[in-house]
Amino acid sequence: MRSGVAIFPGSNCDRDIIVALKKITSKVPLKLWHKDTEFPNLDLIVLPGGFSFGDYLRCGALAARSPIIRNIKDHVSRGGALLGICNGFQILIETGILPGSLIRNKKLLFTCKETILEVQKTIENPFTKGFKDGLNLKIPVAHNEGNYFAPASLLNELDGEGRIAFKYVKGDNPDSNIDYNPNGSSNDIAGILSKNGRVLGMMPHPERAINHLHGGTDGLKFLTKSIENIIG
Amino acid sequence: MKAIINISLKQGVLDPQGLAIQNSLSNLGFNNCKNVRTGKQIILDFDSNEEDQVIKETKKMCETLLVNTVIENYDIEIVKEN
Repeated sequence: MRSGVAIFPGSNCDRDIIVALKKITSKVPLKLWHKDTEFPNLDLIVLPGGFSFGDYLRCGALAARSPIIRNIKDHVSRGGALLGICNGFQILIETGILPGSLIRNKKLLFTCKETILEVQKTIENPFTKGFKDGLNLKIPVAHNEGNYFAPASLLNELDGEGRIAFKYVKGDNPDSNIDYNPNGSSNDIAGILSKNGRVLGMMPHPERAINHLHGGTDGLKFLTKSIENIIG
Repeated sequence: MKAIINISLKQGVLDPQGLAIQNSLSNLGFNNCKNVRTGKQIILDFDSNEEDQVIKETKKMCETLLVNTVIENYDIEIVKEN
């Protein structure tokens, strides 16, 4: 299993995902700088969370035009797995690798809280394969622009093609008034897949739920399953 | 010459910032305003005086980086210095 983590100026969850990947694979992932254009073929590349380029212009817009993006696109066309978390998801949207847009949270607040994700029935993909449809995972979010927005035609397409990986759900929380969708995302979408299923973008941070001290280990459960699938 | 790019959200795209501003305006008693939409402006300064060339280049910049055409509209205004 060879993995790499792409780092942009302003990324700040790179270390956390590196710790998580090392914990699972017992190998340290390759650190890739946004200007790197020569590195060995990898099985998985992660675009981590953070505030790449200070979120200037639009979240992820400047990172999406970095030199490394061409290599990342080549990686995907070779069938490599690509995971974008939070700002990484925003970067994937800005590159056009994933469709739609991520706009300002509906309540205009930076939201940092635990959310319940429901695994959806999807096309074959290396991230959620092996999880039962409807399984709930407790994974936190922390973002200001995570409100997934797309025209109705695209939302229908994503739904029809089985490309919605995760939705925010109420879970078994007894408080029915709780705002389970943290950002106003259309159709409660928390993560989507590319057409071929090899790319997943998600707003929640699995790397922040890998230790009991984090308040849960569902993130570890998810990442471990993904890596098992990618190794095959 | 300057190229002034005005970027606005497309119709139908939620503008929570605009909604919040509208709320505040109405709390202040400005009840005639029914809807607020926010946008941004980018001003580019060119050495060139070839208007067609500047517009062409600015358009290309908008399409490749400055505007997210999924959710945003833009228009370009050219301002010539005397």
